[in-house]
Amino acid sequence: MKAIRLIPIRLIVLGCGLLLLWQCLVLVTGAPHYILPGPIPVFYAIVNNWSVLLEHLQTTLTEIILGIVLGTFLGVTTALTMTLSPLLKRWMLPVLVISQAIPVFALAPILVLWFGYGMASKVAMAVLIIFFPVTSSFYYGMQRTEPHLLELARIMDGRPISIMRYIIVPSAMPAFASGLRVATAVAPIGAVVGEWVGSSAGLGFYMLHANARMQIDVMFAALTVLSVVSLLLYFSIDFAMEKLIFWESKQGIK
Amino acid sequence: MKEYRLEKVAQVGSGSEYGEAPSIFFDKVSLTLGDKPLFDNLSVTVEGGQCTCILGPSGCGKSTLLRMISGTTSLAYRGTIRLDSEVADHGKIAWMSQNDLLLPWFSLLDNILLGAKLRNEESAALRSRARHLMGEAGLAGYEDALPATLSGGMRQRGALLRTLMEERPVLLMDEPFSALDALARMKLQNLSARLTRKATVLLVTHDPMEALRMGHKILVLSKRPAQVKSVVSLVGTPPRNVDDPEIQAHFSVLLGQLMDESLV
Repeated sequence: MKAIRLIPIRLIVLGCGLLLLWQCLVLVTGAPHYILPGPIPVFYAIVNNWSVLLEHLQTTLTEIILGIVLGTFLGVTTALTMTLSPLLKRWMLPVLVISQAIPVFALAPILVLWFGYGMASKVAMAVLIIFFPVTSSFYYGMQRTEPHLLELARIMDGRPISIMRYIIVPSAMPAFASGLRVATAVAPIGAVVGEWVGSSAGLGFYMLHANARMQIDVMFAALTVLSVVSLLLYFSIDFAMEKLIFWESKQGIK
Repeated sequence: MKEYRLEKVAQVGSGSEYGEAPSIFFDKVSLTLGDKPLFDNLSVTVEGGQCTCILGPSGCGKSTLLRMISGTTSLAYRGTIRLDSEVADHGKIAWMSQNDLLLPWFSLLDNILLGAKLRNEESAALRSRARHLMGEAGLAGYEDALPATLSGGMRQRGALLRTLMEERPVLLMDEPFSALDALARMKLQNLSARLTRKATVLLVTHDPMEALRMGHKILVLSKRPAQVKSVVSLVGTPPRNVDDPEIQAHFSVLLGQLMDESLV
């Protein structure tokens, strides 16, 4: 409990420290404002462009969340299918590995070509990026179910679907949670890269737009907003996972 | 020592619905694991409705014997292992091991009902039976507790109740109490001996005292390839007290035999 209450204080201290470091960097290097604006001009840029930023943020955030939801759904379904059907697993596992061997960013132009300049291509990008961590973590989590538990369930004449529901899936939850955390951290990358390649809305688009007009402070403003939102998203997922896996005590050395 | 009052508890295997608890026959069973034979023409009879304890040096295949009966590991053995009973072969065996195997995401009550849950036959009657058993085992009030919040002894008691809830005539127990401290072990042995009366119990242990307290019969196995080195038949009803003359009479002999067979 004590550790939880300390988190906001630590965040504030960390945030202020980073801002201070940023300001020092600007002062020490003497970088011109069109290369590295200080935190104060960026703050004003955020305030001045608030409504525009919010609009673009809405687009990007929708892409990210849709990507996470769809990617997680696809990943979970694939992992469950592979666990339930060893035959399908033998065919799907290589495909999964191959899908990860292709650099997903290189696919961005193709995705834009196929799904258009709208949201769909960015969501597809995010889905592609998070599909692998979710699938592999959940699948291998289920594979690592305590064998003695499965033996016990077999002696009890458990129905396969019940064994899945009560034993295998909960066993995989900690692994799944770490996969989902990775997915949440990388999903914004997918969305923004998609926007860079071709779009007319979203924070990625807005950054390029500002860059072309030498509004570097606006660029940093967009980046800041994106970072804060990504962090909030990550912490929400992290919190939700901790609630979901209520039986796991926090691991680690003090 | 405080004894649990258990007279009211329906005992496993005692009711007519389970019929007579079956005997288990090993007939010329041979099994090779690695390059050395684990069993070479081993023939053993485990009498129905009794508690048979298996003692032997570590690595002699005590646990493997249980696994061969339960059929959970597909070991390629020769010979026959057979249960004499009219009931179909599956659904007769319950399993308990050293690791309590409680699911950390289930409450203690749900863990005790695990078998019913997995077979999709959970009912109010079973729930109330589980609650009743929990009361008898001194676990009342812990129905909703997660296993992680319980002591080792309580967890293992939960595992015992989960085994009993299966209402199977054959109980295979693989060192079920060896992870507990002396006092908790003693209590659990008493509880177990009372609740499993009339079932066929096969209890693997490395503790001669446990075997003497719990068993109607004790089989001492030799080192690899395991043969039955000696059989001790006991007269009194388990659980026996530590100062029981039968225990006094056999303890040092058993210990000596185990020493002889020990590899170290």
